[in-house]
Amino acid sequence: MKPYAYARADSVEEAAELYAAQPGARYLGGGTNLVDLMKLGVEEPAALVDVSRLPLDTVDELPDGSLRIGATVRNSDLAAHPLVRDRHPALSQALLAGASGQLRNAATTGGNLLQRTRCPYFQDTGKPCNKRVPGSGCAALDGTHRDHAVLGHSPLCIATHPSDMAVALAALDADVELHGADGPRTVPVAEFHRLPGDHPEQDTVIRPGELITGVLLPAAPAGLPSLYRKARDRASYAFALASVAAVLGVEDGVVRHVGLAFGALAHRPWRARKAEEALLDAAPTTAAFERAADLELAAAEPLRDNAYKVALARNLAVDALERLARAART
Amino acid sequence: MADTATGTGRSLGAPAERREGRDKVTGSARYAAEQTDPGRVHAWPVAAGIARGTIRGIDTAAALALPGVLAVLTHDNAPRLAPPDDPTLAVLQDRRVPHRGWFVALVVAETLETARAGAAAVEVTYDVEDHDVTLTEDHPGAYAPEEANGGHPARREQGGPEEAFAAAQVRVDTHYRVPPLHNHPMEPHAATARWTGGRLVVHDSSQGATTVRATLASLFRLPEDDITVVSEHVGGGFGSKGTPRPHVVLAVMAARETGRPVTVNLPRRLMPSVVGHRAPTLHRLRLGAAADGTLTSSLHEVTTHTSRIKEFVEQAAVPSRIMYAAPHRLTAHRVVPLDVPSPSWMRAPGEAPGMYALESAMDELAVATGLDPVELRIANEPDADPDSGKPFSSRHLVACLREGARRFDWARRDPRPRSRTEGPLLVGTGVAAATYPVMASPSRATALALPDGGFVVRTNATDIGTGARTVLAQIAADALGVPLERVRTEVGNSDLPPAPLAGGSSGTASWGWAVHEACTRLAARLAAHTGPLPDDGLRADADTAGSADAESDYARHSFGAHFAEVTVDTVTGEVRARRLLSVFAAGRILNARTARSQFIGGMTMGLGMALTEGSTMDAASGDFTESDLASYHVPVHADVPDLEAHWIEEDDPHLNPMGSKGVGEIGIVGTAAAVGNAVHHATGVRFRELPLTPDRVLTGLAGAPR
Repeated sequence: MKPYAYARADSVEEAAELYAAQPGARYLGGGTNLVDLMKLGVEEPAALVDVSRLPLDTVDELPDGSLRIGATVRNSDLAAHPLVRDRHPALSQALLAGASGQLRNAATTGGNLLQRTRCPYFQDTGKPCNKRVPGSGCAALDGTHRDHAVLGHSPLCIATHPSDMAVALAALDADVELHGADGPRTVPVAEFHRLPGDHPEQDTVIRPGELITGVLLPAAPAGLPSLYRKARDRASYAFALASVAAVLGVEDGVVRHVGLAFGALAHRPWRARKAEEALLDAAPTTAAFERAADLELAAAEPLRDNAYKVALARNLAVDALERLARAART
Repeated sequence: MADTATGTGRSLGAPAERREGRDKVTGSARYAAEQTDPGRVHAWPVAAGIARGTIRGIDTAAALALPGVLAVLTHDNAPRLAPPDDPTLAVLQDRRVPHRGWFVALVVAETLETARAGAAAVEVTYDVEDHDVTLTEDHPGAYAPEEANGGHPARREQGGPEEAFAAAQVRVDTHYRVPPLHNHPMEPHAATARWTGGRLVVHDSSQGATTVRATLASLFRLPEDDITVVSEHVGGGFGSKGTPRPHVVLAVMAARETGRPVTVNLPRRLMPSVVGHRAPTLHRLRLGAAADGTLTSSLHEVTTHTSRIKEFVEQAAVPSRIMYAAPHRLTAHRVVPLDVPSPSWMRAPGEAPGMYALESAMDELAVATGLDPVELRIANEPDADPDSGKPFSSRHLVACLREGARRFDWARRDPRPRSRTEGPLLVGTGVAAATYPVMASPSRATALALPDGGFVVRTNATDIGTGARTVLAQIAADALGVPLERVRTEVGNSDLPPAPLAGGSSGTASWGWAVHEACTRLAARLAAHTGPLPDDGLRADADTAGSADAESDYARHSFGAHFAEVTVDTVTGEVRARRLLSVFAAGRILNARTARSQFIGGMTMGLGMALTEGSTMDAASGDFTESDLASYHVPVHADVPDLEAHWIEEDDPHLNPMGSKGVGEIGIVGTAAAVGNAVHHATGVRFRELPLTPDRVLTGLAGAPR
């Protein structure tokens, strides 16, 4: 087989050193996606720096009530964490809507954010794909693309980001903590993934060698009703056709806080800023929710076979906001 | 012999547990790829990256340079095979690429990983030709074949169906589409081959080792006696292992070239192109009836595809020949050869897609006439096989419908579409009939009585996870009149008496017939025997040629009825089955436990066909897009609702000595129609293309009157 080096890092600093010392290295978390892609020949790292045992495997409450989620916290553990379940149900629900029990036990928080698209053409080295081989073309554009993007895609790439977790984190205003050669920095989850544009090979804004060390979940939406809902072909172990994460705070009959994000519509979790703007300070009525969803989805440019996603996303958003508004009333 | 007199004679029908169950759950049962012979190496195929053309050249230098790569076989250096009956087995014989995924090389290496890396390093260049992989009803390449799969005439016409349809008081004229479907057994197609002292021993994941042996003997020009094929444990097949597949030919080639035992274990992603698939079917159904629902005319026309190298015609109109009485009838198949992988058998070939179409159309006729769909079917129950005119050996469709309706509480159903809602959910129920033909093939078996009081029955049956070993022991125990524990079964090895494949729901009937005959003879010999048995026991043989394949004066079929309850989420378009209840009439049920597993397994596969399973042929590449189990959606536990399988015991003397009909396939037949009819009842929208995924359903709901 194609040989590659393997080293396990015991600290963030050591991980960065190991990475820098080996051109073509990749960080290895739970391996639930990277190892599959290596078997398919899509990923051919020269070295794996195993960061799955870094001491980043706890969820800690900070003095201001925010939660710091370590990058190596497993998806199952995060979904089951009492503070997450209690204060941020959307995140717990999103995690449990993803993959299978076995995969969630292995997959890490950082790895979940960095998983690659499941576009079938990306995963098949025998087919053109600009994300895999820049300049080779996009086979999905005229091919099987029922599952592909309706928002923010480019002529070069119509892939979607597959994560459920990231959609909830985007709606909850979470930040990604990164550690790189220039030290630590944070990036909002909603801006961590890129739109494909002219460079679909770049999924995220992460810099070479940077490592996700954790996710910061702010206190603001804590305790507000939130939910994640995912539509899919089969009841479990299927990627979203469309999904929505929503959090809603209502005071005195008007919306004081809203976070809304769509999954499976774009190359990144789609934070619905326009819809949120329309809802803030408005009465939480079905008509307002519909108007907000339409405002957001007006930018949709469906492909030949995925126009249904626009209606599906609209339905999901309105339904989610209605449920949250009912919960806020009771 | 005194001992036989103490037998119970009551093993048949009992819910005996599968004999290899413990081996399987503890992992000690060895499958074809798990034969860890010393020196065993691995091979990985290279699949063609074009849909049509010829190989210009294959550069194997980079692959051969990898440490651990032992050989790269191509059309240039692979052993020459005798021309096979099945063209899909002529691998690495010439430059022609008939479809994407066709094997063009094989890399043999010390490890699986090296073989995979070697396969990736093989450089193939092609002279590419334009290809066409898109099936349409009006495709200019369509023609009427002489036969459909199973030897059925492609076309049957009685009376004047067109005229009678035109003159009918009530007419349903409609089209249905079933996409390509993949068998995807849990165990991939795998074989381990080794040559020892001129003998060839192959462990193959196959539904029939007898045919594998005969085929390998022919391809490699060997006497059959020099070959042993073992299929001891097989992790499912669903038809795709019913005939020898290319992997076993490759394994034998590689073992011969390298002198090492070689395992070929097909990667999941390569399977859709080389193990056969259920071809897509385009159906036109026309049903003409009197106002009271009595059918006057029935026309079922099917268009399907096949590959350029093999004519395989999914016999999807065939079940319409025997289901309902109508004086004027047409069933016809047309096929379009395309640059696609060769289709083949998949669980209930013909019946599964055909009954989806017919039973959906019957539901449309029920709506059009205002009749209850159960009563409509009963009103059109024929007295004899409408096609052949032969009497049915037994037919209890009406009883299945009545019993299912009673258990399901069908009488409380409000027939109006969209009459039941639960918040955002629309709830509906539907019914459909099922049928599957009764088949049997000649088989041999031996039965041996040992001095220690034990018995051994031997036949080269295959237990593909169905419980064949167990039920054959039950048949033997009753024929011998001894307790079940005293009988051992040996199956899954071509050194045993030859037997047909596990397919066509005919395995138990075929093998069991021979086992029954051998054991009946042995019992007679034992009765005549005095004194202790000789050291090597007493033996009796049977060969059912001439009896099992004798023409019957009766039309022999199983029947059944499915009742489904579904919810349709108006927010997402998601359809979920809530309840599936089926009643079958399939002769005598020989093992209540394993038969139930077959029924609910078939029903689950039918549920997948209805709601989640679909494959798309990518026009540009000529490849199936959904090539792994993450994207080809077989149902998971969360999709499978409250499943109930019941049966009506039939006493049919025109079948075989056990009185059984076969249970492996009927569960998948009609299930998709019952689910689809329930979706219509829930929504008021008729969906005519499977699977009923949210994209289709949501789009359909958008156009529905509220």
